Amino acid sequence: MALNYSKETLKHFRNPKNIGEIKNPDAFAEVGNMVCGDQLAFTLKVEKNKIKDIKFLSFGCASNIATASVMTEMVKGMTLEEAKKFDWNKIVGELEGLPSQKVHCSVLAVEGLKKVILNYEEKNKK
Amino acid sequence: MNIYLDNAATTRVDKRVIKKMLPYFDNKYTNASSIHFPGQENDIEINNCKKEIASVLNGNSQNIVFTSGATESNNLIIKGVMRANVNKGKHFLISAIEHPCVMESARELLGEGFEFDYVPVDKNGVVVLSELEKKIRPDTVLISIMAVNNEIGSIQPMIEIGKIAKRNDIYFHTDAVQAVPYLKIDIKKWQVDFLSLSAHKFYGPKGVGLAYIDKNIKIRPIIVGGGQEDGIRAGTYNLPGIVGMTEALKLSYQERDSYLKEVRNIRDYFWQEIKKKIKNINLNGDLKNRTPNNLNIMFKGIEGEAILIDLSLKGIHVSTGSACSAQNLRTSSVIKALGVEDDYMNSNIRFTFGRYNKKSEVDYTIDKLIKTVERLRSFTPIK
Repeated sequence: MALNYSKETLKHFRNPKNIGEIKNPDAFAEVGNMVCGDQLAFTLKVEKNKIKDIKFLSFGCASNIATASVMTEMVKGMTLEEAKKFDWNKIVGELEGLPSQKVHCSVLAVEGLKKVILNYEEKNKK
Repeated sequence: MNIYLDNAATTRVDKRVIKKMLPYFDNKYTNASSIHFPGQENDIEINNCKKEIASVLNGNSQNIVFTSGATESNNLIIKGVMRANVNKGKHFLISAIEHPCVMESARELLGEGFEFDYVPVDKNGVVVLSELEKKIRPDTVLISIMAVNNEIGSIQPMIEIGKIAKRNDIYFHTDAVQAVPYLKIDIKKWQVDFLSLSAHKFYGPKGVGLAYIDKNIKIRPIIVGGGQEDGIRAGTYNLPGIVGMTEALKLSYQERDSYLKEVRNIRDYFWQEIKKKIKNINLNGDLKNRTPNNLNIMFKGIEGEAILIDLSLKGIHVSTGSACSAQNLRTSSVIKALGVEDDYMNSNIRFTFGRYNKKSEVDYTIDKLIKTVERLRSFTPIK
Protein backbone atom coordinates (compact mmCIF):
# COMPACT_ATOMS: atom_id res chain seq x y z
CA MET A 1 0.00 0.00 0.00
CA ALA A 2 1.91 2.97 -1.24
CA LEU A 3 0.97 6.60 -1.20
CA ASN A 4 -0.26 7.58 -4.60
CA TYR A 5 -1.75 11.02 -4.65
CA SER A 6 -3.89 12.05 -7.61
CA LYS A 7 -2.84 14.97 -9.78
CA GLU A 8 -5.78 16.93 -8.43
CA THR A 9 -4.69 16.36 -4.82
CA LEU A 10 -1.15 17.47 -5.62
CA LYS A 11 -2.49 20.52 -7.43
CA HIS A 12 -4.45 21.61 -4.36
CA PHE A 13 -1.47 20.82 -2.12
CA ARG A 14 0.83 23.00 -4.21
CA ASN A 15 -1.61 25.86 -4.59
CA PRO A 16 -4.21 25.60 -1.89
CA LYS A 17 -7.32 27.72 -2.23
CA ASN A 18 -8.71 29.76 0.67
CA ILE A 19 -5.61 29.41 2.76
CA GLY A 20 -5.17 31.91 5.58
CA GLU A 21 -7.38 33.64 8.11
CA ILE A 22 -10.38 35.92 7.64
CA LYS A 23 -10.00 39.16 9.55
CA ASN A 24 -12.84 39.68 12.04
CA PRO A 25 -14.51 36.36 11.23
CA ASP A 26 -18.06 35.54 12.24
CA ALA A 27 -16.90 32.17 13.54
CA PHE A 28 -13.77 30.14 14.30
CA ALA A 29 -13.14 26.43 14.88
CA GLU A 30 -10.21 24.08 15.21
CA VAL A 31 -10.19 20.30 14.68
CA GLY A 32 -7.55 17.60 14.93
CA ASN A 33 -4.30 17.94 16.83
CA MET A 34 -0.54 17.91 16.42
CA VAL A 35 -0.17 14.47 17.96
CA CYS A 36 -2.22 12.93 15.18
CA GLY A 37 -0.36 15.07 12.69
CA ASP A 38 -3.36 16.86 11.30
CA GLN A 39 -4.83 20.06 12.60
CA LEU A 40 -7.10 22.50 10.78
CA ALA A 41 -8.29 25.94 11.85
CA PHE A 42 -11.27 27.45 10.03
CA THR A 43 -12.57 31.02 9.95
CA LEU A 44 -15.99 31.81 8.53
CA LYS A 45 -17.88 34.82 7.19
CA VAL A 46 -21.66 34.52 6.78
CA GLU A 47 -24.04 36.74 4.83
CA LYS A 48 -27.78 36.20 4.50
CA ASN A 49 -27.41 32.76 6.04
CA LYS A 50 -24.96 31.76 3.31
CA ILE A 51 -21.21 31.05 3.47
CA LYS A 52 -19.72 34.25 2.11
CA ASP A 53 -16.13 33.26 2.82
CA ILE A 54 -14.28 30.44 4.52
CA LYS A 55 -10.54 30.09 5.05
CA PHE A 56 -8.30 27.57 6.74
CA LEU A 57 -4.87 27.08 8.27
CA SER A 58 -3.25 23.66 8.28
CA PHE A 59 -0.70 21.67 10.22
CA GLY A 60 -0.98 18.51 8.21
CA CYS A 61 0.05 16.30 5.37
CA ALA A 62 -0.52 16.93 1.66
CA SER A 63 -4.01 15.45 1.71
CA ASN A 64 -4.97 17.40 4.83
CA ILE A 65 -4.17 20.60 2.95
CA ALA A 66 -5.76 19.45 -0.32
CA THR A 67 -9.02 18.25 1.26
CA ALA A 68 -9.54 21.52 3.14
CA SER A 69 -8.68 23.46 -0.01
CA VAL A 70 -11.18 21.66 -2.22
CA MET A 71 -13.89 21.60 0.44
CA THR A 72 -13.74 25.33 1.12
CA GLU A 73 -14.06 25.92 -2.62
CA MET A 74 -17.11 23.68 -2.81
CA VAL A 75 -19.05 25.10 0.14
CA LYS A 76 -18.66 28.76 -0.67
CA GLY A 77 -22.09 30.21 -1.47
CA MET A 78 -23.96 27.34 0.17
CA THR A 79 -26.60 28.04 2.78
CA LEU A 80 -25.58 26.96 6.28
CA GLU A 81 -28.21 24.21 6.16
CA GLU A 82 -26.75 22.84 2.91
CA ALA A 83 -23.22 23.07 4.23
CA LYS A 84 -24.13 21.20 7.41
CA LYS A 85 -25.18 18.24 5.27
CA PHE A 86 -21.99 18.32 3.18
CA ASP A 87 -20.75 14.78 2.54
CA TRP A 88 -16.99 14.00 2.74
CA ASN A 89 -17.34 11.64 -0.21
CA LYS A 90 -17.73 14.69 -2.42
CA ILE A 91 -14.21 15.79 -1.46
CA VAL A 92 -12.79 12.40 -2.37
CA GLY A 93 -14.64 12.57 -5.70
CA GLU A 94 -13.46 16.09 -6.47
CA LEU A 95 -9.87 15.10 -5.73
CA GLU A 96 -10.21 12.09 -8.07
CA GLY A 97 -9.70 9.72 -5.18
CA LEU A 98 -7.56 9.63 -2.05
CA PRO A 99 -5.23 6.85 -0.88
CA SER A 100 -7.27 4.68 1.50
CA GLN A 101 -5.18 5.60 4.54
CA LYS A 102 -5.84 9.27 3.79
CA VAL A 103 -9.62 9.23 3.49
CA HIS A 104 -9.88 10.31 7.13
CA CYS A 105 -8.46 13.70 6.08
CA SER A 106 -11.67 14.47 4.19
CA VAL A 107 -13.70 13.41 7.22
CA LEU A 108 -11.67 15.79 9.40
CA ALA A 109 -12.20 18.68 7.00
CA VAL A 110 -15.98 18.14 7.11
CA GLU A 111 -15.84 17.88 10.90
CA GLY A 112 -14.14 21.29 10.90
CA LEU A 113 -16.80 22.73 8.61
CA LYS A 114 -19.59 21.54 10.90
CA LYS A 115 -17.78 22.84 13.94
CA VAL A 116 -17.25 26.31 12.52
CA ILE A 117 -20.93 26.53 11.51
CA LEU A 118 -21.93 25.40 15.00
CA ASN A 119 -19.70 28.11 16.44
CA TYR A 120 -21.49 30.64 14.24
CA GLU A 121 -24.91 29.40 15.30
CA GLU A 122 -24.02 29.50 18.98
CA LYS A 123 -22.80 33.05 18.65
CA ASN A 124 -25.95 34.11 16.82
CA LYS A 125 -28.61 32.44 18.94
CA LYS A 126 -31.70 34.56 19.21
CA MET B 1 16.27 17.36 -11.06
CA ASN B 2 16.41 14.09 -9.24
CA ILE B 3 18.24 14.32 -5.96
CA TYR B 4 18.18 11.21 -3.86
CA LEU B 5 18.70 11.86 -0.16
CA ASP B 6 17.15 8.63 1.10
CA ASN B 7 20.22 6.41 1.05
CA ALA B 8 19.27 4.70 4.31
CA ALA B 9 16.18 3.31 2.57
CA THR B 10 18.20 1.84 -0.25
CA THR B 11 21.14 2.68 -2.48
CA ARG B 12 21.88 2.68 -6.16
CA VAL B 13 23.80 -0.42 -7.20
CA ASP B 14 27.46 0.25 -7.97
CA LYS B 15 28.21 -0.35 -11.68
CA ARG B 16 31.22 -2.49 -10.78
CA VAL B 17 28.88 -4.69 -8.76
CA ILE B 18 26.46 -5.06 -11.66
CA LYS B 19 29.34 -6.05 -13.93
CA LYS B 20 30.39 -8.75 -11.48
CA MET B 21 26.83 -10.10 -11.29
CA LEU B 22 25.96 -10.28 -14.98
CA PRO B 23 27.74 -13.57 -15.87
CA TYR B 24 25.68 -15.34 -13.21
CA PHE B 25 22.47 -14.52 -15.05
CA ASP B 26 23.98 -15.59 -18.33
CA ASN B 27 26.54 -18.37 -18.85
CA LYS B 28 27.11 -19.15 -15.16
CA TYR B 29 23.44 -19.72 -14.40
CA THR B 30 23.66 -23.21 -12.94
CA ASN B 31 22.16 -24.33 -9.65
CA ALA B 32 24.91 -24.44 -7.05
CA SER B 33 23.32 -27.49 -5.45
CA SER B 34 23.66 -29.54 -8.66
CA ILE B 35 26.23 -32.33 -8.71
CA HIS B 36 27.46 -31.69 -12.26
CA PHE B 37 30.62 -29.69 -12.80
CA PRO B 38 29.10 -26.31 -13.74
CA GLY B 39 26.91 -26.59 -10.63
CA GLN B 40 29.88 -27.46 -8.45
CA GLU B 41 31.80 -24.50 -9.85
CA ASN B 42 29.07 -22.25 -8.53
CA ASP B 43 29.12 -24.03 -5.20
CA ILE B 44 32.83 -23.25 -5.00
CA GLU B 45 32.07 -19.64 -5.88
CA ILE B 46 29.58 -19.44 -2.99
CA ASN B 47 32.19 -20.73 -0.60
CA ASN B 48 34.70 -18.21 -1.93
CA CYS B 49 32.17 -15.44 -1.33
CA LYS B 50 31.66 -16.65 2.23
CA LYS B 51 35.42 -16.58 2.82
CA GLU B 52 35.72 -13.07 1.45
CA ILE B 53 32.78 -11.82 3.50
CA ALA B 54 34.08 -13.54 6.65
CA SER B 55 37.43 -11.87 6.27
CA VAL B 56 35.78 -8.42 5.98
CA LEU B 57 33.59 -9.08 9.04
CA ASN B 58 36.31 -10.90 11.00
CA GLY B 59 34.14 -13.97 11.43
CA ASN B 60 34.09 -17.62 10.48
CA SER B 61 33.03 -18.32 6.89
CA GLN B 62 31.18 -21.49 7.98
CA ASN B 63 28.77 -19.29 9.91
CA ILE B 64 27.50 -17.30 6.95
CA VAL B 65 24.00 -18.10 5.71
CA PHE B 66 22.69 -16.27 2.67
CA THR B 67 19.14 -14.95 2.85
CA SER B 68 16.83 -12.61 0.96
CA GLY B 69 17.85 -9.69 3.16
CA ALA B 70 18.02 -8.49 6.73
CA THR B 71 14.28 -8.77 7.30
CA GLU B 72 14.54 -12.48 6.70
CA SER B 73 17.78 -12.74 8.68
CA ASN B 74 16.25 -10.99 11.68
CA ASN B 75 13.14 -13.16 11.53
CA LEU B 76 15.25 -16.31 11.27
CA ILE B 77 17.63 -15.44 14.08
CA ILE B 78 15.16 -14.10 16.64
CA LYS B 79 12.42 -16.65 16.12
CA GLY B 80 14.78 -19.49 15.25
CA VAL B 81 17.08 -19.06 18.25
CA MET B 82 14.27 -18.57 20.75
CA ARG B 83 12.28 -21.54 19.49
CA ALA B 84 15.30 -23.85 19.48
CA ASN B 85 16.60 -22.94 22.94
CA VAL B 86 13.58 -23.22 25.24
CA ASN B 87 15.70 -25.40 27.52
CA LYS B 88 17.70 -22.22 28.33
CA GLY B 89 14.66 -20.03 28.82
CA LYS B 90 11.91 -18.13 27.08
CA HIS B 91 12.93 -14.52 27.66
CA PHE B 92 14.83 -12.10 25.42
CA LEU B 93 15.69 -8.41 25.14
CA ILE B 94 15.48 -5.98 22.24
CA SER B 95 16.13 -2.24 22.16
CA ALA B 96 13.28 0.25 21.97
CA ILE B 97 14.49 1.50 18.59
CA GLU B 98 14.73 -1.71 16.57
CA HIS B 99 13.52 -1.98 13.01
CA PRO B 100 9.91 -3.18 12.62
CA CYS B 101 11.08 -6.62 11.44
CA VAL B 102 12.73 -7.18 14.83
CA MET B 103 9.77 -5.71 16.72
CA GLU B 104 7.26 -7.82 14.81
CA SER B 105 9.32 -11.01 15.18
CA ALA B 106 9.43 -10.36 18.93
CA ARG B 107 5.68 -9.76 19.11
CA GLU B 108 4.98 -12.92 17.15
CA LEU B 109 6.86 -14.90 19.79
CA LEU B 110 4.63 -13.48 22.54
CA GLY B 111 1.84 -15.63 21.15
CA GLU B 112 4.01 -18.72 21.65
CA GLY B 113 4.60 -18.12 25.34
CA PHE B 114 7.89 -16.23 25.03
CA GLU B 115 8.50 -12.96 26.86
CA PHE B 116 10.64 -9.97 25.98
CA ASP B 117 11.51 -6.55 27.35
CA TYR B 118 12.59 -3.37 25.61
CA VAL B 119 15.92 -1.84 26.55
CA PRO B 120 15.36 1.93 26.64
CA VAL B 121 17.55 4.51 24.92
CA ASP B 122 18.72 7.93 26.06
CA LYS B 123 17.75 11.20 24.36
CA ASN B 124 20.42 10.59 21.73
CA GLY B 125 19.09 7.18 20.82
CA VAL B 126 21.78 5.09 22.48
CA VAL B 127 20.81 2.09 24.61
CA VAL B 128 21.28 2.61 28.33
CA LEU B 129 23.67 -0.13 29.44
CA SER B 130 22.65 -0.02 33.09
CA GLU B 131 19.05 -0.62 32.00
CA LEU B 132 20.16 -3.51 29.83
CA GLU B 133 21.85 -5.16 32.81
CA LYS B 134 18.80 -4.57 35.01
CA LYS B 135 16.49 -6.26 32.53
CA ILE B 136 18.52 -9.44 32.28
CA ARG B 137 16.78 -12.42 33.92
CA PRO B 138 18.05 -15.93 34.68
CA ASP B 139 15.96 -17.18 31.75
CA THR B 140 17.15 -14.54 29.25
CA VAL B 141 18.39 -16.32 26.13
CA LEU B 142 19.05 -13.57 23.60
CA ILE B 143 19.88 -9.86 23.38
CA SER B 144 19.10 -8.25 20.01
CA ILE B 145 20.34 -4.69 19.57
CA MET B 146 20.97 -2.98 16.25
CA ALA B 147 24.46 -1.63 15.51
CA VAL B 148 23.23 1.63 13.94
CA ASN B 149 19.72 3.01 14.08
CA ASN B 150 17.97 3.43 10.73
CA GLU B 151 16.17 6.68 11.51
CA ILE B 152 18.67 8.76 13.46
CA GLY B 153 21.92 6.93 12.71
CA SER B 154 22.83 6.56 16.38
CA ILE B 155 25.71 4.15 16.97
CA GLN B 156 25.23 1.52 19.67
CA PRO B 157 28.02 0.39 22.02
CA MET B 158 28.57 -3.03 20.47
CA ILE B 159 31.66 -3.98 22.44
CA GLU B 160 30.07 -3.15 25.80
CA ILE B 161 26.85 -4.98 24.94
CA GLY B 162 28.90 -7.98 23.83
CA LYS B 163 30.72 -8.02 27.16
CA ILE B 164 27.48 -7.87 29.13
CA ALA B 165 26.01 -10.66 27.03
CA LYS B 166 29.04 -12.94 27.47
CA ARG B 167 29.30 -12.25 31.18
CA ASN B 168 25.70 -13.36 31.60
CA ASP B 169 25.94 -16.29 29.17
CA ILE B 170 23.37 -14.77 26.82
CA TYR B 171 23.46 -14.92 23.03
CA PHE B 172 23.97 -11.60 21.24
CA HIS B 173 22.44 -10.64 17.89
CA THR B 174 22.89 -7.37 16.05
CA ASP B 175 21.01 -6.06 13.06
CA ALA B 176 23.94 -4.33 11.38
CA VAL B 177 22.06 -3.36 8.26
CA GLN B 178 22.86 0.37 8.58
CA ALA B 179 26.47 -0.16 9.73
CA VAL B 180 28.26 -0.80 6.41
CA PRO B 181 30.78 0.80 6.02
CA TYR B 182 30.25 3.32 8.82
CA LEU B 183 31.40 0.92 11.54
CA LYS B 184 34.28 -1.51 11.29
CA ILE B 185 32.13 -4.57 11.80
CA ASP B 186 34.14 -7.02 13.87
CA ILE B 187 32.34 -10.17 14.89
CA LYS B 188 35.09 -11.35 17.23
CA LYS B 189 35.68 -8.01 18.91
CA TRP B 190 31.96 -7.29 19.27
CA GLN B 191 31.43 -10.87 20.54
CA VAL B 192 28.27 -11.24 18.48
CA ASP B 193 26.85 -14.70 17.89
CA PHE B 194 24.44 -13.49 15.22
CA LEU B 195 24.43 -10.61 12.76
CA SER B 196 22.20 -9.49 9.88
CA LEU B 197 23.03 -7.58 6.70
CA SER B 198 21.25 -6.49 3.50
CA ALA B 199 23.26 -5.87 0.33
CA HIS B 200 21.06 -3.06 -1.00
CA LYS B 201 22.04 -0.77 1.87
CA PHE B 202 25.65 -0.64 0.63
CA TYR B 203 25.35 -0.27 -3.15
CA GLY B 204 24.58 -3.94 -3.72
CA PRO B 205 21.47 -5.58 -5.16
CA LYS B 206 18.09 -5.94 -3.48
CA GLY B 207 16.78 -9.36 -2.47
CA VAL B 208 19.99 -10.66 -0.94
CA GLY B 209 21.44 -10.48 2.53
CA LEU B 210 23.10 -12.64 5.10
CA ALA B 211 22.59 -14.05 8.54
CA TYR B 212 25.77 -14.70 10.47
CA ILE B 213 24.91 -17.63 12.69
CA ASP B 214 27.27 -19.26 15.16
CA LYS B 215 26.76 -22.89 14.16
CA ASN B 216 27.46 -24.09 17.70
CA ILE B 217 24.17 -22.56 18.78
CA LYS B 218 20.89 -24.29 18.07
CA ILE B 219 18.54 -22.58 15.64
CA ARG B 220 15.26 -23.70 14.11
CA PRO B 221 14.85 -22.81 10.42
CA ILE B 222 11.88 -20.88 9.12
CA ILE B 223 12.23 -21.73 5.43
CA VAL B 224 12.52 -25.48 4.96
CA GLY B 225 12.97 -27.43 1.76
CA GLY B 226 16.00 -28.77 -0.09
CA GLY B 227 18.43 -28.50 2.82
CA GLN B 228 20.64 -25.69 1.52
CA GLU B 229 22.81 -23.80 4.03
CA ASP B 230 23.10 -26.92 6.23
CA GLY B 231 19.32 -27.00 6.51
CA ILE B 232 19.18 -23.57 8.12
CA ARG B 233 17.78 -21.82 5.07
CA ALA B 234 16.34 -23.74 2.15
CA GLY B 235 15.99 -22.35 -1.36
CA THR B 236 18.14 -22.22 -4.49
CA TYR B 237 21.23 -20.11 -3.97
CA ASN B 238 20.85 -16.60 -5.41
CA LEU B 239 24.20 -16.61 -7.18
CA PRO B 240 24.02 -13.18 -8.86
CA GLY B 241 22.87 -11.66 -5.59
CA ILE B 242 25.51 -13.40 -3.49
CA VAL B 243 28.32 -12.42 -5.87
CA GLY B 244 26.97 -8.87 -6.01
CA MET B 245 26.73 -8.54 -2.24
CA THR B 246 30.26 -9.86 -1.78
CA GLU B 247 31.66 -7.37 -4.27
CA ALA B 248 29.64 -4.49 -2.77
CA LEU B 249 30.84 -5.32 0.73
CA LYS B 250 34.47 -5.57 -0.36
CA LEU B 251 34.34 -2.27 -2.24
CA SER B 252 32.58 -0.55 0.66
CA TYR B 253 35.41 -1.36 3.02
CA GLN B 254 38.23 -0.89 0.50
CA GLU B 255 37.00 2.64 -0.17
CA ARG B 256 35.82 3.30 3.35
CA ASP B 257 38.18 6.08 4.39
CA SER B 258 37.59 8.37 1.42
CA TYR B 259 33.86 7.64 1.37
CA LEU B 260 33.39 8.47 5.05
CA LYS B 261 35.25 11.73 4.59
CA GLU B 262 33.20 12.76 1.56
CA VAL B 263 29.83 11.85 2.98
CA ARG B 264 30.62 13.59 6.26
CA ASN B 265 31.69 16.75 4.44
CA ILE B 266 28.45 16.88 2.49
CA ARG B 267 26.30 16.07 5.52
CA ASP B 268 28.01 18.60 7.78
CA TYR B 269 27.89 21.31 5.13
CA PHE B 270 24.14 20.76 4.70
CA TRP B 271 23.49 20.88 8.45
CA GLN B 272 25.63 23.99 9.02
CA GLU B 273 23.86 25.84 6.22
CA ILE B 274 20.28 25.00 7.15
CA LYS B 275 20.96 25.63 10.82
CA LYS B 276 21.96 29.15 9.82
CA LYS B 277 19.17 29.70 7.35
CA ILE B 278 16.09 28.03 8.84
CA LYS B 279 14.75 28.94 12.26
CA ASN B 280 13.12 26.63 14.79
CA ILE B 281 14.71 23.39 13.75
CA ASN B 282 16.26 20.71 15.95
CA LEU B 283 18.53 17.80 15.29
CA ASN B 284 17.04 14.57 16.63
CA GLY B 285 19.90 12.75 18.31
CA ASP B 286 23.46 13.79 18.74
CA LEU B 287 25.71 14.96 15.89
CA LYS B 288 28.77 13.13 17.21
CA ASN B 289 27.55 9.65 17.97
CA ARG B 290 25.82 9.07 14.66
CA THR B 291 26.87 7.77 11.29
CA PRO B 292 28.17 10.49 8.93
CA ASN B 293 25.43 9.89 6.33
CA ASN B 294 22.47 10.72 8.56
CA LEU B 295 20.52 13.77 9.69
CA ASN B 296 17.09 13.64 11.28
CA ILE B 297 15.66 17.10 11.67
CA MET B 298 12.59 18.46 13.40
CA PHE B 299 10.89 21.38 11.65
CA LYS B 300 8.67 22.90 14.29
CA GLY B 301 5.11 23.84 13.43
CA ILE B 302 4.83 21.94 10.16
CA GLU B 303 4.07 18.37 9.27
CA GLY B 304 6.71 15.95 7.98
CA GLU B 305 4.84 14.32 5.15
CA ALA B 306 3.87 17.72 3.74
CA ILE B 307 7.56 18.65 3.72
CA LEU B 308 8.43 15.34 2.07
CA ILE B 309 5.83 15.67 -0.72
CA ASP B 310 6.67 19.32 -1.33
CA LEU B 311 10.37 18.46 -1.69
CA SER B 312 9.63 15.44 -3.84
CA LEU B 313 7.59 17.62 -6.21
CA LYS B 314 10.81 19.63 -6.58
CA GLY B 315 12.83 16.49 -7.32
CA ILE B 316 14.35 16.05 -3.86
CA HIS B 317 13.60 12.71 -2.27
CA VAL B 318 13.77 12.29 1.49
CA SER B 319 11.89 10.35 4.13
CA THR B 320 9.90 10.97 7.29
CA GLY B 321 11.56 8.08 9.09
CA SER B 322 12.07 4.61 7.83
CA ALA B 323 10.60 3.81 4.43
CA CYS B 324 8.34 1.34 6.21
CA SER B 325 6.59 4.15 8.02
CA ALA B 326 5.11 5.29 4.71
CA GLN B 327 3.22 2.01 4.57
CA ASN B 328 1.25 2.48 7.75
CA LEU B 329 1.64 6.20 8.52
CA ARG B 330 2.25 5.48 12.17
CA THR B 331 4.43 7.90 14.03
CA SER B 332 8.00 6.82 14.53
CA SER B 333 8.62 4.63 17.55
CA VAL B 334 12.28 5.67 17.33
CA ILE B 335 11.59 9.40 17.70
CA LYS B 336 9.15 8.58 20.49
CA ALA B 337 11.80 6.53 22.29
CA LEU B 338 14.09 9.59 22.33
CA GLY B 339 11.55 11.31 24.54
CA VAL B 340 10.49 13.86 21.93
CA GLU B 341 7.25 15.61 22.96
CA ASP B 342 4.11 14.25 21.30
CA ASP B 343 3.43 17.58 19.63
CA TYR B 344 6.65 17.29 17.63
CA MET B 345 6.32 13.64 16.63
CA ASN B 346 5.04 14.50 13.17
CA SER B 347 7.52 17.18 12.17
CA ASN B 348 10.63 15.14 11.44
CA ILE B 349 12.53 14.53 8.23
CA ARG B 350 15.38 12.10 7.64
CA PHE B 351 18.07 13.10 5.15
CA THR B 352 20.51 10.31 4.34
CA PHE B 353 23.41 11.10 2.06
CA GLY B 354 25.39 8.68 -0.03
CA ARG B 355 28.18 7.99 -2.44
CA TYR B 356 26.58 9.67 -5.44
CA ASN B 357 25.47 12.95 -3.88
CA LYS B 358 27.27 16.07 -5.06
CA LYS B 359 27.74 19.42 -3.38
CA SER B 360 25.71 21.11 -6.12
CA GLU B 361 22.77 18.85 -5.24
CA VAL B 362 23.09 19.85 -1.61
CA ASP B 363 23.08 23.54 -2.55
CA TYR B 364 19.94 23.05 -4.62
CA THR B 365 18.31 21.18 -1.73
CA ILE B 366 19.13 23.92 0.78
CA ASP B 367 17.56 26.52 -1.49
CA LYS B 368 14.38 24.50 -2.07
CA LEU B 369 14.09 23.37 1.54
CA ILE B 370 14.09 26.98 2.75
CA LYS B 371 11.19 27.73 0.39
CA THR B 372 9.27 24.60 1.37
CA VAL B 373 9.55 25.38 5.07
CA GLU B 374 8.59 29.02 4.49
CA ARG B 375 5.53 28.04 2.47
CA LEU B 376 4.22 25.47 4.95
CA ARG B 377 4.90 27.75 7.90
CA SER B 378 3.01 30.58 6.21
CA PHE B 379 -0.29 28.78 6.85
CA THR B 380 0.25 26.70 9.95
CA PRO B 381 -2.19 27.24 12.82
CA ILE B 382 0.60 26.39 15.29
CA LYS B 383 1.86 29.48 17.04
